[in-house]
Amino acid sequence: MQRRIRVLVAKPGLDGHDRGAKVVARALRDAGFEVIYTGLRQTPEQIAEAALEEDVNVVAMSLLSGAHNTLFPKVVNLLRAKEMSDVLILGGGVIPDADIPGLKQAGVAEIFTPGTSTASIVEFIKANIK
Amino acid sequence: MMAKEALKDMLDEYNMKAEKSLAKNPERQNLAQPRVYTPLDLEGFDYVRDLGFPGSYPYVRGVQPTMYRGRFWTMRQYAGFATAEESNNRYRYLLDQGQTGLSCAFDLPTQIGYDSDDPIADGEVGKVGVAIDSLADMEILFDSIDLGKVSTSMTINAPAAVLLAMYIAVAEKQGVSADKLKGTIQNDILKEYAARGTYIFPPKPSMRLITNIFEYCSKNVPYWNTISISGYHIREAGSTAVQEIAFTIADGIAYVEAAIKAGLNVDAFAGRLSFFWNAHNNVLEEAAKFRASRRVWAKVMKERFGAVNPKSWMLRVHTQTAGSMLTAQQPENNIVRVALQTAAAVLGGTQSLHTNSKDEALALPNEDAVRTALRTQQIVAYESGLADVVDPLAGSYYIEALTNKIEQECWDYIKKIDDIGGAVVAIEKGYIQREIQESAYKWQMEVERKNRVIVGVNQFQIEEKPLEGLLQVDASVGELQKKKLAELRAKRDNNALQIKLVALEKAAKDEKINLLPFILDAVKVYGTLGEICGVLRRVFGEYEAHVSL
Repeated sequence: MQRRIRVLVAKPGLDGHDRGAKVVARALRDAGFEVIYTGLRQTPEQIAEAALEEDVNVVAMSLLSGAHNTLFPKVVNLLRAKEMSDVLILGGGVIPDADIPGLKQAGVAEIFTPGTSTASIVEFIKANIK
Repeated sequence: MMAKEALKDMLDEYNMKAEKSLAKNPERQNLAQPRVYTPLDLEGFDYVRDLGFPGSYPYVRGVQPTMYRGRFWTMRQYAGFATAEESNNRYRYLLDQGQTGLSCAFDLPTQIGYDSDDPIADGEVGKVGVAIDSLADMEILFDSIDLGKVSTSMTINAPAAVLLAMYIAVAEKQGVSADKLKGTIQNDILKEYAARGTYIFPPKPSMRLITNIFEYCSKNVPYWNTISISGYHIREAGSTAVQEIAFTIADGIAYVEAAIKAGLNVDAFAGRLSFFWNAHNNVLEEAAKFRASRRVWAKVMKERFGAVNPKSWMLRVHTQTAGSMLTAQQPENNIVRVALQTAAAVLGGTQSLHTNSKDEALALPNEDAVRTALRTQQIVAYESGLADVVDPLAGSYYIEALTNKIEQECWDYIKKIDDIGGAVVAIEKGYIQREIQESAYKWQMEVERKNRVIVGVNQFQIEEKPLEGLLQVDASVGELQKKKLAELRAKRDNNALQIKLVALEKAAKDEKINLLPFILDAVKVYGTLGEICGVLRRVFGEYEAHVSL
């Protein structure tokens, strides 16, 4: 039997808004994925470490504090350094449209902004998992 | 009144007639309430006992006798970003525009007790609020603002004692003594554990810091609201209206119990407790929620804690419109949402209000958007007539039945939390967090299944261009703060500071000592927030969150 898709839902930085992260985590679990939620205040190093330890296919980060341009690319680079380039990296939260191209260029596969349905996140993961 | 039996018959007849028309004109699905409310929904209703008059127990109709006929609620826009200089400019702009109180937003490193040059602050400095590292920043933040005249609310929790001390110190430099200061610190750690996330220390030392503040202010800063017990963030995290006030009042009970246990007389501090509600989309449910919350708190304080001063019975409340109900899609629509939420808060009898700006699902608000949000309050105040009569909804069958229902469900939760061992234990066990998460998930699924329509999000969508003119916080703020800190550390009297920090550490180890004077001493010699919280972290340790999905 094929292994279930494993997703790390992570909260980088100091942001305490976790409604979205928890709702997404639960929706992904209900969609049949294995979901690990890091809890709040994770450094990029902690997130990359958890991704490696848990051997996940997807890292989904949520951030509403405006620190995404600093923190998301850091996680991407740390994952690459750990030879986890095949991990699908997603971001979500209050992220202005203007920042999205830069984040994608940095290696975040998709950014989900407010109003996104959890179903569309599930679909995206299924379609893009490596 | 018409005989009850006759009225029941008429209601049955009405409902039969209505049912017959359903084949032709079906009602909308998912309507939770009965079709219509009548005197039958208010059986046993006693005006004097259940409502009374505005300004009298149980304060359902409002905490002041004349409410907005004299003075409107305080229009208090939550603001702060980047450096103290930029935020000071925004405050002075808002005061010029007719705002009547200040409300400070701090950045996350400040809220969690880290200096801007701490590696963990990387990328967060000045982002969601202003960066304050020391008294030097605070002096700039309130430059040319007379702290003897303005009232200031500070959204600060875990390090509230430090920011309050800085405020007192700035005022002193302006020649304003602490006994003249008016304002509020949020200082509500329990909802940080349950919903908002900016905790530092474990519950026990956190509760000590809070009771230290109650005691210090009752003697030295008598007009200061020492806590703003907050349902706002619980609601933002996804709770229902009932859960918002129930969990918050349960938190309030925990604070009062802690202060009494620390030896304070309930009437010495209870009059300075304040609350913070969310004004959500359902206008009438929200208005009823405000009314119900006042009745619950009045009963809690009078009956459970035996408070005798009427000021101790009053639930005074600041309100903010629901940020989580703003949509990134068609942001102009948010102005309408905020206007309705404002109506709800005013019909509910709030003492002060922040209205959100239309662009806040996308970024911090720009100046134009903030002005429109403030104007929304002014239009409701001056033009709508909603503020002309005290508690205009009273006596409506629906409103009173809803107020009763919300009150009863609130008591049910309080009983449940009492049985668990109180709010602190309920949070440590993750009960409150789980209840909130359940409601949040249910809401999201309703939206995704279109059982709940959000205009512009799951219906009435259009193709749109990205909104332009969003506020951007310059990435150089972090570097600027670092430079300011380096200069401060080189310039100040580090020996004097060391002595104060050692004294603070020693005091922190003795539970019986009030820490406020020690914190104030360290602040005055320009000890930084990170240094002071660092001392307390060493003594108190840090909170480990309970994570469950």
